[in-house]
Amino acid sequence: MAKRIDVKDLDIYYGDFKAVEGVTMTVEPRSVTAFIGPSGCGKSTVLRTLNRMHEVIPGGRVEGSVMLDDQDLYASSMDPVAVRRTVGMVFQRPNPFPTMSIRDNVAAGLRLNGVKKKSVLDEVVEQSLRGANLWTEVKDRLDKPGAGLSGGQQQRLCIARAIAVNPQVLLMDEPCSALDPISTLAIEDLINDLKSEYTIVIVTHNMQQAARVSDQTAFFNLKATGEPGRLVEIGETQRIFSNPTEKATEDYISGRFG
Amino acid sequence: MSSAQVDHAAAPPAAGVPTPSAFGEKSGGRAVKDVTARVVMWLAFGIAVVPLVWILGSTLVKGGHMLVDSVWWTNSQSGITSRRVGGGAVHAIQGTLIQAAVTAAMSVPVGVLTAVYLVEYGRGRLARTVSFMVDILTGIPSIVAGLFIYALWVTTLGFQRVAFAVTLALAMLMIPTIVRSTEEMLKLVPNELREASYALGVPKWKTIMKIVVPTAFSGIVTGVLLGLARVMGETAPLIILGPYTKVIATDLFDGLMATLPTMINQDRTEALQPALDRVWGASLTLILLVFMLNLLGRFVGRFSKVKG
Amino acid sequence: MTGRSTVDEDPRHPLGGDRASTGRLGDRIFGGLATTSGILIVVLVTLVGVFLLWQAVPSLLKNEANFLLSREWSPSGANPRFGILELAWGTLITSVIAMIIAVPLGVAVALFITQYAPPWLSKPAASTIDLLAAVPSIVYGFWGLNIAGQYFQPVLSGIDGALGWLPVFEDQGTSAKSTLAFAGMILAIMILPIVTAISREVFAQVPTTHKEGALALGATRWEMIRVAVLPYGKPGVISAAMLGLGRALGETLAVLILLSTLSANADWSFSIFNGGSTFASRIAQGAGEFDTPQKTGAYIAAGLVLFVVTFVVNATARIVIDRRKAFTE
Repeated sequence: MAKRIDVKDLDIYYGDFKAVEGVTMTVEPRSVTAFIGPSGCGKSTVLRTLNRMHEVIPGGRVEGSVMLDDQDLYASSMDPVAVRRTVGMVFQRPNPFPTMSIRDNVAAGLRLNGVKKKSVLDEVVEQSLRGANLWTEVKDRLDKPGAGLSGGQQQRLCIARAIAVNPQVLLMDEPCSALDPISTLAIEDLINDLKSEYTIVIVTHNMQQAARVSDQTAFFNLKATGEPGRLVEIGETQRIFSNPTEKATEDYISGRFG
Repeated sequence: MSSAQVDHAAAPPAAGVPTPSAFGEKSGGRAVKDVTARVVMWLAFGIAVVPLVWILGSTLVKGGHMLVDSVWWTNSQSGITSRRVGGGAVHAIQGTLIQAAVTAAMSVPVGVLTAVYLVEYGRGRLARTVSFMVDILTGIPSIVAGLFIYALWVTTLGFQRVAFAVTLALAMLMIPTIVRSTEEMLKLVPNELREASYALGVPKWKTIMKIVVPTAFSGIVTGVLLGLARVMGETAPLIILGPYTKVIATDLFDGLMATLPTMINQDRTEALQPALDRVWGASLTLILLVFMLNLLGRFVGRFSKVKG
Repeated sequence: MTGRSTVDEDPRHPLGGDRASTGRLGDRIFGGLATTSGILIVVLVTLVGVFLLWQAVPSLLKNEANFLLSREWSPSGANPRFGILELAWGTLITSVIAMIIAVPLGVAVALFITQYAPPWLSKPAASTIDLLAAVPSIVYGFWGLNIAGQYFQPVLSGIDGALGWLPVFEDQGTSAKSTLAFAGMILAIMILPIVTAISREVFAQVPTTHKEGALALGATRWEMIRVAVLPYGKPGVISAAMLGLGRALGETLAVLILLSTLSANADWSFSIFNGGSTFASRIAQGAGEFDTPQKTGAYIAAGLVLFVVTFVVNATARIVIDRRKAFTE
């Protein structure tokens, strides 16, 4: 199920502005990779190129290649909509659809892609909510609006919604930044459970979180103000945090800037 | 008035430091000006309410008794002359409702789709042009809209003056109000929802149809109802395109169809009391219809999922 | 609904890069439909201009009087003579009177709603003023002629007694309710909700920091309004006035019902206590007798002038609003 991601010589643009330059990395299946770095260094931008969400911003485009196993995501024959079905995404702020119930939120991806059969949908809803550790909390109120849940529950609902379409990879863009510490812990536990089935890439501002949940850590930084962001170094989380190769990584991790 | 007094009590310099205010001491002259301004504002509101109350009052007093009679709601004016008491307004009410419905049926798809174009698709020059033209359409006087449809429908195409031509003119007036209100509502839908939907692999058109538009739905309905309320009271295009008739008619493409505005227009110059009573009765009916649409629109707006 | 629009300037403009969708059939059809609707509107407005021009030109060519400077209006027959001078004057003067009353009053009411009214009253007060826009034009006219008009007679006599030596206020013997002045007053009531609604919107947007800044300097409420609210809202008020003017210029029924038309050989008068016609009222009057293309063309020519004038007024309003946006965002 889970797939490997190979990024090679990736340059990312907003119109004429080059935001990120020369990213090359590999993400192994069934592992968690954390992106860390100061604000504005392009880590969320890189994340969004992994499911072609970068292109929904007017002027957004990339050069270089992103391979999912042996498929080139940016091949001209590749449909961005199909890519997004294969690579799911969870956003910074929980964003359940306000017009839909909890059940419909989870089923939204399937239903909007044409699955109508109620028995199939019901089963996927239960599986996904169980997968997101939310089933016991909401099973009695599946028809209530999703917006009525707490922030942490809403975020787990969004995770359930993302895994309901059965993606190969799960991208998370600072999924805990809007949550309290207890909800954060719940999400981190969930990430640990999910990695047995999915390839997970997570952007985080919280270095302890990166250390806790990830197997591999990538540190991004700007060369200088106004210059494009770049990948400084990537490696096993334990090594990056204890013995980084680059001086900049060490400075950032020890809190000297950022 | 006293509740507003509180604010500037807090304004004078604190802590007993004798700093003079940048506006000088709060002398008698300044206080007088302040009070005068307050009185003027309250008075302005009072003055503005007078005509509303007055119009509603006189229409109610002069036309109310017509609406109490059940004949008003069941009969047309067929066979009734200016001298005779009697007959109803059902032909005109029905005509107004039919024309409003047809107008809405034409305006809503065009208006909503144009708003979708402007918010979700439009970029660059074409979008700016469309947006500018919507503004121009908003400002077109209703009589000019009537004249244009006359020039098109009657002079150029050679058709008769029929109810359908009226609805074309009314649609020209209704479309821009729907575009603007729908546009406002679509812009209030947070981008996070669009992103969430794209990230599930939902194509753009389905995202718009199933996520964006439903989220803005009640706001859009409010805009439609308010736009409808506006065109229902329009008279100028009807004078050019839809002459009055005393009988019930339902054919949009053949013969005349009465409406409440043209019913008012028909008898407004009469000196005879039965005719004048009917003018007041039709006015009251029209105002009630328009007000009801207005209230309904505001009520629906309360259920909006997006807030401005 | 206020005639505002944002396409490129709005930083919150939703997503929609070219690749949010692909060439899928559904996307192509739906996007195509939306674009077609937009283009339809451009075509519609263009057609209005083209059609009116096309049908007005033959009549204008046959016209034996000066179209812009003549007061005559006999568009039929072998020697048609028609001009718009009287219509332009009537339209101008009724709209100016409406503006003189409605703009200050509308601004004051908007200030009342946003700055003075206690919180519980503010919303109902706004809705009440909005309801003025829901009363149909024809009802305003009928009500003005039959109910309110009689109370204008003493006002007219009073002004004439005091200032009648000025040509503008000279009593022409026209019944008070059928004068340009009274028609202008009724128009003022009709455009008041427009002026109020847009002014209200901009006054409500004045940043709290501006207002608190002024109050913290020891300003009274009125001084705060003068230094913070009014300067901020000025472009909004200007465009509100322009949009109100656009509406007043084209108002038909109320003016048609109220104004007494002048006889063909009446002396020219600058008095606001005279009768007259506006573009819209003249067209509505002729609506029953559009029998020959030549005659219809004359009325269409008048409609074309009205279209161009409202076009200019509305476009100006829009430019003013856009410029304000450039400063505040």
